[in-house]
Amino acid sequence: MTLQHSLQQKSVVAASAQRISAMMLRHWYLLRSSWPRLLDLIYWPTVQMVTWGFLQYYIASNAGFFARAGGTFIGAVLLWDILFRGQLGFSISFLEEMYSRNLGNIMMSPLRPFEFIISLMVISVVRLSIGAVPVTFLAIAFFGFNLYGFGLALVAFFFNLMLTSWAIGIFVSGLILRNGMGAENLAWSVMFLLMPLACVYYPVATLPDWLQPVAWLLPPTYVFAAGVFGFLQLLQSARRRGSLMQSGE
Amino acid sequence: MPQLPPIAVNRLVKIYQTVPAVDGISFTLAPGSITALLGGNGAGKTTTIASIMGLITPTSGRVTVLGAEMPRQRYHVLHRMNFESPYVEVPMRLTVRQNLTVFGKLYGVEGLRERIAELGHELNLTDLLDRPTNNLSAGQKTRVSLAKALVNNPDVLLLDEPTASLDPDTADWVRGHLERYCREHHATLLLASHNMTEVERLCERVIILKRGRIEDDDTPANLLRRYGRRTLEEVFLDVVRSNGGESREAAQ
Repeated sequence: MTLQHSLQQKSVVAASAQRISAMMLRHWYLLRSSWPRLLDLIYWPTVQMVTWGFLQYYIASNAGFFARAGGTFIGAVLLWDILFRGQLGFSISFLEEMYSRNLGNIMMSPLRPFEFIISLMVISVVRLSIGAVPVTFLAIAFFGFNLYGFGLALVAFFFNLMLTSWAIGIFVSGLILRNGMGAENLAWSVMFLLMPLACVYYPVATLPDWLQPVAWLLPPTYVFAAGVFGFLQLLQSARRRGSLMQSGE
Repeated sequence: MPQLPPIAVNRLVKIYQTVPAVDGISFTLAPGSITALLGGNGAGKTTTIASIMGLITPTSGRVTVLGAEMPRQRYHVLHRMNFESPYVEVPMRLTVRQNLTVFGKLYGVEGLRERIAELGHELNLTDLLDRPTNNLSAGQKTRVSLAKALVNNPDVLLLDEPTASLDPDTADWVRGHLERYCREHHATLLLASHNMTEVERLCERVIILKRGRIEDDDTPANLLRRYGRRTLEEVFLDVVRSNGGESREAAQ
C-alpha cells in the first residue's frame, strides 16, 4: 500500500514536471523563432548600462572624490535590471498567451495554476539570463565594473530581487486576467512605482523621515542599500590602500 | 454498475451580476453521442460550454463530466477532455509539430511522436508539420486546432463552431473526420454551431437554448416532424423568433 502510494506520488510529480516543462518548451520555441524578441531582451539593458556607464565616467572625470560614488550607478542599474527584467520576463510571458489567444487552451488543459506560475518563473529567469548576463560582462569590458565582485552577496541579492519581481509579476498577471488587456500597461509600468521607494540610485536617508519606514518595508531596498554600502566599503578600502591617489583624489 | 454519463448538467444557473446567462437548465448526454447546442446570440451556449469545461463557477446547480464535479474536480478529468473554438488559437509562431508537442506534453500523451505522426496522417497535415502555424491557410489552421483537440484521444470533446470560416469541401471533410473519431473512440461530442447543415449531418440530438433556458430538446427528425418544417434552420427560426409559448405550441 505504501509502495503503491509512493509510486502514485512519484507519477503525480513527474506529470506535474512534464506540464511545467511543456510550458517552458512553448516559450523556448517562441524565443527561438523570433530574433526581435531575443534582441529586445538584450537591447534595453545594454543601452541603460552604457548610458549610466558614460555618466559615471563623466562624473568621475569632472568632479571630486565623492562624485566617484557615481560608480554605484552602474551597479544599481544592473541590480535594478534584475528586478525590472525579472518582472517583465514573467508578465510578458503571460501576456504572450493573451496576445496569441492561447489562454483558453491553457486554462482548459490539465496544467494547474501553480504549474503555470512555476513555468513563468523559470521562463523569466531564462529571459533575464539571455538579457542581463551578457550585459554584466560588457560592464566589465567597457567600464571595469564587476557585478560579480559582490561575491556571495550577489546570490542573496538575486533571490531577493527575483522573489520581489515574481510577486509583482503574479499580481500584474492576475490584474490582466481579471480586467483584460486594458491592464496591459501595468505590466510595463508598475515596477517604476517601486523605483523611488526602493532607493535604487540614492541612500534611504535621502527620503523624508516619514517615508523611510515605507522604503524599508520593501525587500529590494535592502539590496540597493547594500549595493551602496558595498561600494562605500570598497571606497574606504581603496582610501586605506592609497589606490585612490593613482586615480585622481 | 451503471456507466456514468459523460456530461450531466443539473439545474445550472449562471448569473453575471444581475443578468442570468443560463437559467436552470438540465440535460444528460449518453456515452458516444453527438449533440448540438443551438441558440441565438446570448442564448447561453458559451456559458453552458464554459461551465462544462470548468472555466466558470455556476451560481447554482451542478455540472459533472465523467463523474467529476466541475469546476471543483476538473483536474480529475481534464486530461480526458478537449475542445476547439474559433475564438481560441494555438500559438501562431510555433510550427504545427511544436504546438502538438507542447499540448501533447500538457495532456500527458504517451508515445507523443507517434501520435503526432498519426494525427498528421489522419488530418492531412504531414507536409505541414514543420511549417509555422501562422503561414497556413484558414482551413489548414482549423485542421491544426482539430489536431490539438484530438491529441489526447479525448473521451469528451467540446466544439464551438468547428467549421466556421471553412469552405464547404473542407467543412465536409472535417465533419466526416469528427464522425469517424466519435464512432471509433466511442467519444461524446457536444457541438455549438450555427450551421444547421452541420447539425443535421452530425448530431443525433439537438438542444435549443433561448434566453438561458432549454426551449426544445429532441432528435433532428423529431424536431422537423413536430414543427412541420423541412430543415432545422426553419425550426431554429421558429424557436428564436417566437416567444416561448408560441414555439412550444407550434411544436405540438
